Amino acid sequence: MADFMQQVVVGLSSGSIYASLALALVLIHRATGVINFAQGEMATLSTYIAWTLTTNHGWSYWPAFAFTLIASFVGGVAIHQGVIRPNEKGSVLRVVIVTIGLLLAINGLVTLIWSGEVRAVPSPFPTRTIEIGGVAISIQDIGTIGVVLATVVVLWLMFQYTKVGLAMRAAAVNPAEARLVGVRVTWMLSLGWGLAAVLGAISGMLAAPSVFLDPNLMAALLIYAFAAAVLGGIDSPIGAVVGGLVLGVGLNLLGTYVDFVGADLRLPGALLVILVVLLVKPSGIFGKTEVKRV
Amino acid sequence: MSRARWLAPVVAFVALAFLVAVLPSFISAFRAQQLAYVAIYLIALIGLNVLTGYTGQISLGHGAFMAIGGYTTAILIADHGVKDIWTIPIAGILTGVVGFLFGIPALRLSGLYLALATFAIAVSMPAVIKRFEGFTGGGSGINLFGLPDLTASLTPVTVLGRELTFNDWLYYLCWTIALVGYVVAWLLLRGRTGRAFRAVRDSETAAQSSGVSLPKYKTLAFGVSAAYAGVAGSLFAIATTFVNPDTFPIALSILLLVGVVVGGLGSLVGLIAGAVFIQFLPIWSQEVSKSPGAPAIVSGVVLIALMFVLPMGFAGLLARVRTLTKR
Amino acid sequence: MSNPSVLLRLDGVEARYGPVQALRGISLEVPEGSVVAVLGANGAGKTTTLRAVSGTVRRSGSIEFAGKPLHGGPEAVARAGIAHVPEGRGTFTELTVVENLRLGAYTRRERNLDSDIDRVSKWFPWIPDRAQQPAGTLSGGEQQMLAVARALMARPRLLMLDEPSLGLAPMIVREIFRIVRELNEREGLTVLVVEQDARIALQTASTAYVLEVGRVAVSGPSDELKENESVRRSYLGY
Repeated sequence: MADFMQQVVVGLSSGSIYASLALALVLIHRATGVINFAQGEMATLSTYIAWTLTTNHGWSYWPAFAFTLIASFVGGVAIHQGVIRPNEKGSVLRVVIVTIGLLLAINGLVTLIWSGEVRAVPSPFPTRTIEIGGVAISIQDIGTIGVVLATVVVLWLMFQYTKVGLAMRAAAVNPAEARLVGVRVTWMLSLGWGLAAVLGAISGMLAAPSVFLDPNLMAALLIYAFAAAVLGGIDSPIGAVVGGLVLGVGLNLLGTYVDFVGADLRLPGALLVILVVLLVKPSGIFGKTEVKRV
Repeated sequence: MSRARWLAPVVAFVALAFLVAVLPSFISAFRAQQLAYVAIYLIALIGLNVLTGYTGQISLGHGAFMAIGGYTTAILIADHGVKDIWTIPIAGILTGVVGFLFGIPALRLSGLYLALATFAIAVSMPAVIKRFEGFTGGGSGINLFGLPDLTASLTPVTVLGRELTFNDWLYYLCWTIALVGYVVAWLLLRGRTGRAFRAVRDSETAAQSSGVSLPKYKTLAFGVSAAYAGVAGSLFAIATTFVNPDTFPIALSILLLVGVVVGGLGSLVGLIAGAVFIQFLPIWSQEVSKSPGAPAIVSGVVLIALMFVLPMGFAGLLARVRTLTKR
Repeated sequence: MSNPSVLLRLDGVEARYGPVQALRGISLEVPEGSVVAVLGANGAGKTTTLRAVSGTVRRSGSIEFAGKPLHGGPEAVARAGIAHVPEGRGTFTELTVVENLRLGAYTRRERNLDSDIDRVSKWFPWIPDRAQQPAGTLSGGEQQMLAVARALMARPRLLMLDEPSLGLAPMIVREIFRIVRELNEREGLTVLVVEQDARIALQTASTAYVLEVGRVAVSGPSDELKENESVRRSYLGY
């Protein structure tokens, strides 16, 4: 039983990382109707920035973390304003190609500046374990879950109780009407991209200590995030979080207890989840089935 | 169509065919091989264009269809001694059927969801190939080099009185099929089927109320586009003389979609430019700078810039030139 | 120097949707404190006229609001003090009733909107009871009223209503126009209303402009238009 609880906690920890990135994808999709294929690479870039500040410039962890979040936010806003917005009027495919271009360019940039070497990243949390009810749980896992949870709560409070949050929600569901009440819709969308970049950065910085840092850090994570977002409902923020946690726990338990699956069939497992959900209920657990207006 | 409108595309096509026929005499074997790949991509792009450009269904998984075609050819040649040319139509038909069958559950998915589903399939294809080792040779793949059924691989082949080495033979094979495929697609899309496809893309509900059977045309589009991709994959296997799970990675699927958008959705003409683009962009990027990561930056920036400058792809550019020259 | 009591003036305004010319030179005046109606058949350009004012559609020609030229897109126009209630209500159906109201006051700086919500609820007493309901669960008539309430939250100088009667039962339409009339009489709110239902519009408005294929065909005080039988038959359909 203790072993089971341990695996659940580990699953929740990796699940929160998926949830954070999935939330980023959902935010952008809700606001701009686009899947940002470059979300993972943006997160990788953020993680490298944090790493370089702590390792090469002697910053201590949490200030570097905070700075990276701010830089990521600004970067997200800049990318939306500079590259995405001019293409929004065209077909969805145009924006998709632009995000693919961003994916390539950012991946290349990271390789160019920092080379493809794999690097070890220190964790902000002590690596020891503590005992809760007879179960050994690593502080890092608790810390990861805690950070993501705190972020999600802060975001939720912002969306529900602030003027800006309300404006962002309005801009996402009804941009034309939002303009009529004076909401600067384009800036609200940029804000969405900025927040998504922050979420991605958090994902990356939490994942790096365990999976090591190299330019392809987020490639696999992006797929888990897709799976989580599809599972939870691509337009539902709650769904992204729940989907991520469920996926994390589910894949971890499968990998531990079902011999056939093993560690390296986690990725196909996630892909299978995507396919099954899309076949059975495309709108995911929390999504609303689309009603086509004739 | 009035005779004047009909004449111009035919003349252009004949000119193209002529160019294709004589070019190898003027270029190196290496270039010929590169251009053969252009033809292969063109075939795949024609197929993808039918699906995405004409019926508006986005696929991020056409690399997987190419894999099916490629592996069909490889298995038939290596394990069953079938002559390579005969495997091409078999691969095409088989992949077409698979595509058609995939089109059935795909009916329930639209836009983004379809893109994600096809993406998932393309990403999992290498793993699936590895899983069925006995059949596919697993991670080590299937080697076609030197097999007697692979035309011109060991000794030059004689075609129409000319002796062709492997690269030239490949070039002519791929371009012949590409040009034929082009004409077939053109005929298909001109008529009622093409109009039905476009109706589906523009408004599904409107199409339905005018009596266009959505399931029929959407699955047909999947089948046709998969068949083209299968043929392209088959030729790809013949060209590289080797297939393994990494021959058809997710990057290929993404590249194909890029090719179709850059070429210009819904237009056959731009696709040639699209095929040239996806074959040569990685090469040109390398020429700009070889520092690690730099080619990727160049490719990425070029892609983004193209969407700004040519939002309708090369086909859009051609259309603009055409309206300019009319004045 | 323009007449200071004219709140909104359009002069030779043209607008197009792609190749289609929707407005071919509209000129009209909305005096402060009055209710002006824009009438005409479908496709005459009524909705486009409002869109031209709110900057939702690109236009040429001159538009003056409170004596100053009016520029820019919907966000800027809203900030200038014009509230546009579009065709189809434009309520945020996924947000709650009170969230819709809060959005109405977006351009204002007040943090505490409770007094404004009270003020607006006096006109629509059912609002406090339904405050937390998603706006999409309201009936068509209630959504229309919510849209007007939302517009009032901004304390606009000019209220523009686009086809408020669309899809609503006659009784509800009468109720809505009654409220519009009272808002105008008691609070001096200037209203520009676009309507298909010419009869009820002429009862409420003091002046009316009748559009035909993007131009003003006939205009004048509503009393005159109501009496003129040929105008009624040719342009107003009754």
